[in-house]
Amino acid sequence: MRFRARGDVVPVLLILLALIAAPFFLSIYGLIVLTEILTMSLFALSFNLLFGYTGLLSFGQAGFFGAGAYFAVLTLIHGPGSLWAALAAAVIGSAVLAAVIGWLCVRLDEIYFAILTLGFGMMLFTIAHNWRSVTGGSDGLGNFTLPGLNLFGHDISLFHPVSFYFLVLLIAALGALLLWRVVGSPFGLLLRGTRENSLRVSFVGANVRAVRLFAFILAGALAGLAGALFAFFNRIASPEMLHWSFSGKAVLMTILGGSGVFLGPAAGAAIFFVLEHVITAYTTNWMIFLGAILVVLVLAFPGGVLGSLLDRLTRGRKGPPA
Amino acid sequence: MEGLLANVLNGLSWGMLLFLISMGLTTIFGVMGVLNFAHGSLFMLGAYLSMQFVRWVGSFWIGLLLGPPIVAGLSILLERFLLRPLYGRDVSFQLLLTFGVMLFLDDGVRLIWGAAYHVVDPPPLLSGVIPFFSQSYPVYRLFLVVLGPLVGIALWAFFAFTRWGKILRAAAMDRQMAEIVGVRVPAMFTAVFGFGAWLAALGGALAAPHQSVGPAMGERIIIESFIVVVIGGMGSFPGAFVGALILGMLNSFGTTLLPDVQMALPYILLAVILLTRPRGLFGAEA
Amino acid sequence: MTEPILLEVREVSRSFGKFQALRQVSLKIRTGRLCALIGPNGAGKTTFYNVVSGRYRPTGGRVFFEGQDITHAPAHRRVEMGLLRSFQITNIFPALTVLENVLVPLVVQHGKSFACLGSIARRRDMAEEAEQILSRVGLTGQSHRVVSTLAYGDKRLIEIAIVLARRPRLVLLDEPTAGMNPEETDRMIRLIRELSERSETTFFITEHDMKVVFSVAERIFVLNQGSLLADGTPEEIRANPEVKRAYLGGSLDAAGR
Repeated sequence: MRFRARGDVVPVLLILLALIAAPFFLSIYGLIVLTEILTMSLFALSFNLLFGYTGLLSFGQAGFFGAGAYFAVLTLIHGPGSLWAALAAAVIGSAVLAAVIGWLCVRLDEIYFAILTLGFGMMLFTIAHNWRSVTGGSDGLGNFTLPGLNLFGHDISLFHPVSFYFLVLLIAALGALLLWRVVGSPFGLLLRGTRENSLRVSFVGANVRAVRLFAFILAGALAGLAGALFAFFNRIASPEMLHWSFSGKAVLMTILGGSGVFLGPAAGAAIFFVLEHVITAYTTNWMIFLGAILVVLVLAFPGGVLGSLLDRLTRGRKGPPA
Repeated sequence: MEGLLANVLNGLSWGMLLFLISMGLTTIFGVMGVLNFAHGSLFMLGAYLSMQFVRWVGSFWIGLLLGPPIVAGLSILLERFLLRPLYGRDVSFQLLLTFGVMLFLDDGVRLIWGAAYHVVDPPPLLSGVIPFFSQSYPVYRLFLVVLGPLVGIALWAFFAFTRWGKILRAAAMDRQMAEIVGVRVPAMFTAVFGFGAWLAALGGALAAPHQSVGPAMGERIIIESFIVVVIGGMGSFPGAFVGALILGMLNSFGTTLLPDVQMALPYILLAVILLTRPRGLFGAEA
Repeated sequence: MTEPILLEVREVSRSFGKFQALRQVSLKIRTGRLCALIGPNGAGKTTFYNVVSGRYRPTGGRVFFEGQDITHAPAHRRVEMGLLRSFQITNIFPALTVLENVLVPLVVQHGKSFACLGSIARRRDMAEEAEQILSRVGLTGQSHRVVSTLAYGDKRLIEIAIVLARRPRLVLLDEPTAGMNPEETDRMIRLIRELSERSETTFFITEHDMKVVFSVAERIFVLNQGSLLADGTPEEIRANPEVKRAYLGGSLDAAGR
C-alpha cells in the first residue's frame, strides 16, 4: 500500500472545483445522488482511517454513524433547534461513545477486533430499536424540521436540494481535509506503523492501545457527523443506520475504491451509488449484482478500483512519502 | 415449571441448529483460517432446497438427503475457483469475498423464490404435538433436541477416531507439519469447505420445518454463529457445542424473561467473554 | 567492575503451563560492557529477552533497570527508560520507506505521538536526524525505498536503526546475524562493536554463531534448560567443562579458536 501526498494536489483541486460547479450542470436528481455520495464518502473515509491506515477492521462503525444521526435529531427535537448545535451534538456524542467502546475494543486484534466492534455496534442498534420512548423504536425519529442557516444575515433554507448540497459538500470537504492532515501527521505515521507491525511500535515506546484508541475516537466522531448529515438528508434517523450490515457498506465502498489510496473510499462510495441507481432502474435485485461485482473486484482488483487505476497510471513513477 | 422446561427445550432446539452451522464454521476456520461470511447463506440455501424437494416429491426426508450434498457441491466450486486464489493474501480479502458471495446468494434466493416467507411442514412421522404436563409441545422440536447431540457425537467420533478426522485435527493445529508429512493441503481445504457447507445445509434443511424459510434467515444465523464460534474459541469443537447451547438458552430465556433487551444479549455475552477470555472459552490463550 | 549496574535480573522464572522455560535466573549487566547470552536451542534465551523487555511477565522474580523495579512495567514504559530490543525474526515496517521506518521511533522520541495536524513531511529536523542514524548503520541513499524491497541484511540494519533512534541505554539484540551470509555477518559484527565502543549504548546480544560471540563479547552468560549455567569472560567460558558438556562437546571448541 502506498499513500500519496502533495503531487496530487492538482487533481484534488479539480475534483473540488467540479463538485462546486456540479449544481450548475447536474439535474436535481443527480444532485441528490451526489449529496448521498458525499455523505457516505465521509463515512467511508472515516472508516478507512481505522481500516486502511491503522489496520483495524471495524464492523461496528454504523453504530457511531447511527448514534450521530440520533444525537443530531434529538437535539433538533428536544434541544436548541440550531443546525450547528445538532451537528456538534452528533460529533461530541459519538466521540464519547467511541471513547468508551474503543477503550474496550482496542485491546483486541484482527478478527477478534472485527467481531467485538460488530457486537458493540449491535448493542447500540438494539438501544435504537427498543428504547421506543426516546428513539421511536423501529419507526425511527422523523418528526423534526430542518432549521435554516443564517449566513451573513441571510436565512438560507436547507429544504432546497442545492443549498443542502453545499452544506454537505462543505462539511464533507472539511472532514476529508481533517483526515488528510491526520494521515500525513506524525500521529498518522504511527498509525501506519501500527498497521504494519504493532509489536514493533510498542517496542519503540509508543502505547499502541492509546494510539489506536485516538484513531478510533476520531473515526467515530466523523462517522457520527456523516450520520447526522445522512439523517438530515433522509429527514429521519432510523435503527437500520446502526445495523452491522450498514457497517458492511462502509467496508464495501472502501474496498471497492481501494483502501490504500486516501480518496479510495470516496471513489468507492461514488461507484457504489452510481451502480445502485443504474442497476435499480432495471431490476430490484441490486444486491445480487453488488455481490457479483464484489467477488470480481476482490479477485481482479486487489487494490480497489481507484487504487488499481492509479497504480497503472503511475507505474514506475515514485511518489514522495506521505 | 412447565414454562421452564419448555424454555429449556426451545433453547436446546435452536442451540442444536446453531451447533450444526457453527461446527462447519469453526472447522473451516480452524483448518483453513477462513472466516466464511457466506456460511449462513449456505444454511439458508439448505432450507430452500429442502422446501423445494418437499414441493417436488413431497418428502422431507429426500430433501434432507439430497439438498445438503447439492449445497456442498456448489461450495466446492466456490472454494476451488473463488477462494483458492486468495489464500496467500490478507485475511480481509477472504472475508470480503465471502461477504460478496453472501449478498449474491441472499438476493439470489429472493430472485428464485421471492421475498416472502415460506412454511415447511414437518414430515408426518414428526408432525403434531405431544402432551407435555398440562401443555403440548411440537414433536419436531423434540426431534431436533435429540438429533443435535447425536450429530455432535457422530462428529466428535469422526474427529477422534477416524483417520480422516485425525488428519484434519492435525492440519488444523499445524498446517506446515501436515504438508511435510504428505497431506495434500489444497485438496483437503476443498474437502473441508465442502464438508462445512454440507453441515450448514443440513442445519438449514432441519431448520425449515422449525422456523419459516425466508431470505433473511442466513443473515440472522451467521452473526449468531460467529458469536458461538468466537465465545467457544475459534476452531474448538467443544467450544462450538457449549457456545451454541449458551446462545440457544439465552435466546429462549431472553425472549420470555427480558424481551426488551433479548436482542442485545448475545452481543453483551460476546463482549464480556472476549474481554475476559480473548481467545474464547475453549481457545488456547495467546 | 566500577561501572554502574544497568540491568539486574533477580531469580526470574517463567513457565508456560507445566513447562519451565526459565528457572530462577539472576544476572547483572554493567554499563558499557558488551555482554552475550548463549545456550543451546530451547535454552530459554528468547524467553529471557521477552521477560526483560516486557513482552512476557515473569512468573517469579524481579527485573531492575537502573535501580528501578520494572518487573510489571509495560513494554513501552521500558523503552522510555532506555531499554530497547531487536527481534530474532526481523521486525520492521515492511510497507513503509526506509526513512519512515526510522521516523516512527523518532516521532515517539520527540513526544509527537499524538501530534495529528502538522505534516510530518515538513519536519526537517526529524528527517535529518533519521538520515544521520541511517548513515551510522551504513544505510545511505536509500531513504525513499520501500523496505520490503531491500536485501535481507539491510532489513536487519533497519531494525538496528529503529532501535538506535530511541537513544537507548541498553539494547537487547536477539540473534542479530541470524540468517545472514558471511559478508553480512561481518558487517553486522563490525557495526555492533563500533556502536558499543563509540556510543553511550550498552549491548546485550544472544547469538547462535559462537564465532560472533567470542569475537565481540566482553562477558558471556550461558543458559541451559532455563537455568544460568555459567557466567564469565570468554576465556573462562571456553574453559568451563560444564559449558562444553551442555553443548555436547560440539561447536564451542571449534568456533572458539
